[in-house]
Amino acid sequence: MKNKIRDLRTARNMTQEDLAEIIGVSRQTINAIEKGKFDPSLPTAFKMSKLFKLPIEQMFLFEE
Amino acid sequence: MKLERNKRIKKLAIWTWTWVATMAIATFGPEFIWDHHPFLTPFAIIVNFANGILMILANRDLFNHFDELEKKIHLESLGITLGLAVIFGMSYSLLDTTNLISQDAQISILVMFIGLTYLTSILINSRRYQ
Repeated sequence: MKNKIRDLRTARNMTQEDLAEIIGVSRQTINAIEKGKFDPSLPTAFKMSKLFKLPIEQMFLFEE
Repeated sequence: MKLERNKRIKKLAIWTWTWVATMAIATFGPEFIWDHHPFLTPFAIIVNFANGILMILANRDLFNHFDELEKKIHLESLGITLGLAVIFGMSYSLLDTTNLISQDAQISILVMFIGLTYLTSILINSRRYQ
């Protein structure tokens, strides 16, 4: 699934490590999500949504 | 998060090494330490078994601390390991029962196979998500 997590993170001058710490996952997980290799769980997506103050569907682009 | 994880890894390492140590004692003790004492041999086996249970609990504790990607990597690796262990174990057993191998099938071979398969699966799966 494509997403805008990297853009949103860098726009806030955050490192992957910073974001991982806030969300409560490992840096590797953030990296895998940003690269689109791993889709986050609903709780993680909601945490990101709350942090970036954006609805989930604006951060993650669902493709069939 | 890292501190908590290191604490759990340390706990698992301690229980794993004590399990290995108690396994060695239970294996070699009857012959080299207590001369097949009727009480000490079953006691050593019970201690080793109990230690193994504690090792499993420590492993579960660490697993529950993993995040979603790490859990996925480990679950996929466990699935592959379980499948291969059953297939390899049965084929290995057949080789023994049909006398296609000269020596008896050893459980230690299967244990080593499981360990190496799990390690390889973890490495491959981790690279997939890098």
